[in-house]
Amino acid sequence: MDAALLSRLQFALTAAFHYLYPPLSIGLGLCLVVMETMWLKTKNEHYRAMTRFWGKIFGLTFAIGVASGIVLEFEFGTNWERYSRYVGDVFGSALAAEGIFAFFLESGFLAIVLFGWRRVRPGTHWFATLMVCLGAHFSALWIIVANSWMQTPAGFHIVDGPNGPRAEITNFWAVVFNPSSLDRLSHTLVGAWSAGAFLLISVGAWYLLKKRDEAFAKSSIKVGLSVALAASLLSLYTGSRSAELVAEHQPTKLAAMEGHFDAHAPAAMYIFGWVDETAGKTHGLAIPGMLSWLVSGDTTTPIKGLDAFPKEDRPPANLTFQGYHLMISIGMALIAIAIVGMIGWSRGWLWNWRPFLWVLVVAVLLPQIANQIGWMTAEVGRQPWIVWGLMRTNEGLSTVVSAGSVLASLLLFTLVYLLLFFVFIYMLNHKIQHGPEDVHSEEYETFRKGFDAMMLNRKPQPKEGK
Amino acid sequence: MDLATIWYFLIGVLLAGYAILDGFDLGVGTLHLLHKGDTARRISLNSIGPVWDGNEVWLVTGGGALFAAFPEVYATVFSGFYLALILLLFALIFRAVAIEMRSKQPMPWWRSFWDWSFSLASMVAPLLFGVALGNMVMGIPLDSSHNYAGTFFSLLNPYALLMGVTTVALFAMHGAIYLLMKTEGAVHDEVRRWVKPAMLAFIVCYVALTFASVLFVPHIGEALRERPWLWVLALLSILTMADIPREISKKRDRRAFLASMGTIALMMALFAGGMFPYLVLSNPDVAQSLTTANAASSEKTLFIMLVIALIGMPMVLAYTISIYWIFRGKVKLSSTSY
Repeated sequence: MDAALLSRLQFALTAAFHYLYPPLSIGLGLCLVVMETMWLKTKNEHYRAMTRFWGKIFGLTFAIGVASGIVLEFEFGTNWERYSRYVGDVFGSALAAEGIFAFFLESGFLAIVLFGWRRVRPGTHWFATLMVCLGAHFSALWIIVANSWMQTPAGFHIVDGPNGPRAEITNFWAVVFNPSSLDRLSHTLVGAWSAGAFLLISVGAWYLLKKRDEAFAKSSIKVGLSVALAASLLSLYTGSRSAELVAEHQPTKLAAMEGHFDAHAPAAMYIFGWVDETAGKTHGLAIPGMLSWLVSGDTTTPIKGLDAFPKEDRPPANLTFQGYHLMISIGMALIAIAIVGMIGWSRGWLWNWRPFLWVLVVAVLLPQIANQIGWMTAEVGRQPWIVWGLMRTNEGLSTVVSAGSVLASLLLFTLVYLLLFFVFIYMLNHKIQHGPEDVHSEEYETFRKGFDAMMLNRKPQPKEGK
Repeated sequence: MDLATIWYFLIGVLLAGYAILDGFDLGVGTLHLLHKGDTARRISLNSIGPVWDGNEVWLVTGGGALFAAFPEVYATVFSGFYLALILLLFALIFRAVAIEMRSKQPMPWWRSFWDWSFSLASMVAPLLFGVALGNMVMGIPLDSSHNYAGTFFSLLNPYALLMGVTTVALFAMHGAIYLLMKTEGAVHDEVRRWVKPAMLAFIVCYVALTFASVLFVPHIGEALRERPWLWVLALLSILTMADIPREISKKRDRRAFLASMGTIALMMALFAGGMFPYLVLSNPDVAQSLTTANAASSEKTLFIMLVIALIGMPMVLAYTISIYWIFRGKVKLSSTSY
């Protein structure tokens, strides 16, 4: 294998592994804000215990997210040196802005969320939770800006510098608000909300099946289902917006997503299928003219197919097609699960219908799979470009890094990430088995008293008889 | 002052911030195995518990800022030091895992395995930082397209290794003084016995490094002749360094820690002042070096980044300081501890 393929594999491995965690942080962050707001409003201890439990899970996902994320910050320089030199002027700014605006915010305030319960007032703690949630969202913002610029580059020109040509910023806001960044950001965020919400639902359903911590489990499911319903419906809307953008800016990606080969013909939309890339045909169940209708509102509008483009400009079609279609199927399933769950909640049978509770336990995997293959579609569909229309992936590689070195690092990362994944599952299981604090226990009473005592020390009581 | 020069020093500030902050938690890790008994080790771990991953963010941001302001340096150094960098990432990941895992099971073999992992990773990281810094001072061979022309093993030369050991010793001292502030009772008394050997180790390394620099790195002497103000920095750094044992003997631990922070900051300032305008010095062919003139991003990008830094960094400083303030005082183990 050559350095190019190995470097691509390594980036795919490290990015995909890392992306198991940020969606959980973003989704759980939002849910934490909801829970803690409920606590401040109702003063019900139950919500505080919930915030404390899910805060710990957030802390775990964040720690593994940081550990695996540092790699990505450096990997452009290690494996994609020519890419870094060519686009650093534009692309680097977004990464730096993420560090300054998002990472510091999230990691700093997380210390208060996790360890500060007895050190700050409830209002301050709530504020810290809000900042952690915002930090997670800002992080996504800057990373999506950077990635969207690779999909639909804007706000730059090519300059012949002392070290050869490179891209330089002409308009910062055009880089930030490049044609696809807002729609892709919203689609990414709602996908992340689903990931967090379904974790709440899954753990809650599992407790119900084990007949333990039932009050906690029901509240977690209620918060989770509310967020999940909103997020899964929004995914459908933001997803269709993103697809329209692809149609407008990345015709080869669109053609690969739908397995559409004819250079100039109305395009169908497949429910499922198989793309035979050598024969240039797609087999499967399709709605004729549907893609044309989605793109233009008319089922007879011709859409440029893969045959309209030279072979070296086409992405791997079947992989893109399968990722895209599986993502849509899962998205639909998530909407269905959320709606059925909401009906069950309002009718009251949700808490006892064991088969459906098992579905909810397993459903935690669905948004994760959808997020992963959604990104696979976006990134594989962008091939052969590393920056759309500007630089090919193979042109971005490091000059001096040998295939042997990349193979060594790839093996090392595979090992370390297996370990990290094991650690994550082990710790997650440990925390779930241990469960939330029992608000009626003696231990919790000690915690609460210590907390109240601190508040009394800080805030002198008003004098009697006034 | 042009924008590239400002960014040269701003990157220096970010890396100095990283060295000062992550420096003490790496140092705490370096000393970790010296603690006898489980409670002492848990106190050691929890003294850095709420802050260590925030400290690492300085490295991430430093890396991002380097990419944005000097993409040529980011590309040259990270692809050139490929295996060393992968090893560093490996150490940092392993360390994070060890911190999370250590106290989750009571078995002695379990805890001792993670204690060793945590401590070794905490030594490997500063060693590699020092080796990288040593090579930057000596200069590395660059070809005409600014790519590194050496090998992994040529990075491990005696001068760079000495710089690596010095960094480990410096962080160990810095971490020991941090532990003095954060502990009480028997653990505190124990740590107080380590501070002196740690200081001594650092000073011996530092003197050796200074001699080696003067003898073997000619452009350091040149820089000192050209920029007399570097002598002021050097003098200040020696005074600050000398202040550490004074404060320790008077048991003013917080002031000792401030002096230790000052020492690191001044050493970084000396390094930046001595190297300017070189970001990556090419040795032997100086003409291929990366400088503020040929490695920077466009003026427009540097300006945008400056605005971002001017908005972002005061906020970062404000909440970094408030978080250290909220978690001030001695470590107490509780249900949320590691």
